[in-house]
Amino acid sequence: MYLATLDRGPGRTVGRVSGTVLALGTVSLITDVSAEMVTAILPLYLVAGLQFSPAAYGVIDGVYTGATVLLRLAGGYIADRIARLKAVAAAGYAISALAKLGLLAAGASGPLIGLTLTVDRAGKGLRTAPRDALITMATPPEHLGRAFGVHRTMDAAGAFLGPLVALGVLALSGQTYEPVFVASFCVALLGVLVLVLFVPGDRAARALPVPAGGGPPGGRVSLRAAGRLARGRLLPAACLLGLVTIGDGFVYLVLQRRVELSIGWFPLLAVGTSLAYLTLSVPLGRLADRIGRPTVVLGGLAALAGVYLLLGSPLGGPPLVLLVLALHGAFYAATDGVLMAVAGTVFPAELRTTGMALVQSGQAAAYVVSSLLFGLAWQSWGTGAACLAAAAAAVLALPLMAVLLRRRV
Amino acid sequence: MSSLSRRARLLVTVLAAILLAGFATGYALLGRERPAPAASAQVSGPALMVLTNGRLSTVAATDPGGPREVTEVACDRVYAAAATVACLEPVGALSATRLVVMDERLRERKTVPLTGFPNRLRVSASGRMVSWTLFLDGHSYATTGFATRSGVLDLRSGRLVNSLEDFAITRDGLPYRNVDVNYWGVTFTSDDNRFYATLSTGGHRYLVEGDLAARTVRTLRDNVECPSLSPDGTRIAYKSAVDGDPAKGWRLSVLDLASGRSTPTAETRSVDDQPAWLDGRTVAYALQSSDGTNDTWSVPADGTGAPHLLVPGANSPSPPRH
Repeated sequence: MYLATLDRGPGRTVGRVSGTVLALGTVSLITDVSAEMVTAILPLYLVAGLQFSPAAYGVIDGVYTGATVLLRLAGGYIADRIARLKAVAAAGYAISALAKLGLLAAGASGPLIGLTLTVDRAGKGLRTAPRDALITMATPPEHLGRAFGVHRTMDAAGAFLGPLVALGVLALSGQTYEPVFVASFCVALLGVLVLVLFVPGDRAARALPVPAGGGPPGGRVSLRAAGRLARGRLLPAACLLGLVTIGDGFVYLVLQRRVELSIGWFPLLAVGTSLAYLTLSVPLGRLADRIGRPTVVLGGLAALAGVYLLLGSPLGGPPLVLLVLALHGAFYAATDGVLMAVAGTVFPAELRTTGMALVQSGQAAAYVVSSLLFGLAWQSWGTGAACLAAAAAAVLALPLMAVLLRRRV
Repeated sequence: MSSLSRRARLLVTVLAAILLAGFATGYALLGRERPAPAASAQVSGPALMVLTNGRLSTVAATDPGGPREVTEVACDRVYAAAATVACLEPVGALSATRLVVMDERLRERKTVPLTGFPNRLRVSASGRMVSWTLFLDGHSYATTGFATRSGVLDLRSGRLVNSLEDFAITRDGLPYRNVDVNYWGVTFTSDDNRFYATLSTGGHRYLVEGDLAARTVRTLRDNVECPSLSPDGTRIAYKSAVDGDPAKGWRLSVLDLASGRSTPTAETRSVDDQPAWLDGRTVAYALQSSDGTNDTWSVPADGTGAPHLLVPGANSPSPPRH
């Protein structure tokens, strides 16, 4: 854990990343351990443990998709309105923690499990924008890329450890699943505690000597002002990014078919992408601070086009797998945190959380659309043609994205 | 937070971490205490094979609710016919499932390593053919979708069909191909070559009739899942999605193959199982109660009568054998 470094206090900076960012990174790391513990065993629990049929599982899987977009926007706006980002973020973390216990209480009831997973997602939706706004607030604008890079690396490290912890608990419990949910709840609770104790409240954060992230001078927090945020260029840019991103599941499935990996290797493909994301987040974040964030986002988009081109190409074998996963991770490392760093400098400080929620929601909604479209393309045109079409879309998006990001938004 | 010193906050965090870790570990260790297996007793005469808490068990056909012989063999799904007992082993966190084929004394004859979660299992009446359906995680390409894989093993020739997905499909009289094809719930005819199964594609769940030697299937009718052929080969017991929508649950029904007429059974609760024919007039199936326990029920196949609790605390029923 990173508590030793935190000891230097939120007001000081450690290696030019503030204590607050490290604290939030630690919270994310712990919370992701908790979340991924459950994600890793959920299919096993539902199908092997509760003996759900495929159709019942499909229903549960579909229930929560997209249900949290509105809550994310509302959460962002409320956080700005009452000017208490930390409180809203803490509520989001606490809701997700309680959802772990909900899984225990839901027993074998499909609808209750679906409801619990929705509540879990709602908590995640609620906390993401205030957390990113807190990172922005604690970081000088010129170092935002690095700060988000550090945060995303810690976040991804947690996602990496989660499944391992779940396996450990399963070994202790003699392969019963309920203790994994209990352990996940305990881990999540620790995350909330670290947030409450080590992340400064909004008032303290605003009084920091660090100049809070740039952005135009402030005005009032109103729905009308929030509506004006949507007219900027960052929202279309985020939507565009979402639109050219096909589902991760597709990428892994195409890859698996292309190299004829046995289905048992499937989960490892996601691990490969995470590994690249984890290692590249900090260097690419620093690069973004140095050479300009739009350039790095464009580079990420080019990496994505590369992924689709490779998937549509006649290449095969282990080199293809490694190259695709590395580029896929590089795409996330070059866009996820960096886009939030751009958002941190674009939106007025008092509406920053709303703006970040807007950008994240727009990207997520567009992503759902593109996944559906790619699914249709795959069914009607076949794998190769659909991948090349996705690559073409990504390449066409490059100049558009350059225009959207180049000028002040 | 500012009221506490940094040292105090660290101390609180470390203490909380130790407490929480202790609680989680304690709970996990307590989880080891499994419920003691049901009392086991010798069973003689015609017997039904079921699973009791995932252990292969037999009950007397004449007194299914009575004494039960519980073995140490762990399965997620079991089915027995003639001299063949087939078992799909449970998936562990680090171990995949296997098909284990045993003789009537539960000695291993053959195993097939498989990937996925056990879902359905069937043995032909002669004991020669085995078919299984596995559920392959939620990693199907549509986020709301799922994927299943059904395979067949011929115990006499040793021929293994890994997946029916490669069979040529005739849909409504025309050749058909789609990447979203999924099969589940195979049931064999008495010639050990033809079979019935569910084929899911494009939002439809078809009853298909297949030919193992010719590697073909053709669609017969929509909205039929988990078919089970009657011993005389004239009727199919199956689960029928209410209003054609699986989200609304399934009605256990029986289809007369000659007339095409379908009759709902007297079981009105949603049945999510591949039924088994106990004889020419009765089908058995498992129902899961909201607390997660399974019971095996039976109901007349002709739509009359009422459901009857056959074997409490058991699932995966097979027809009686001597």
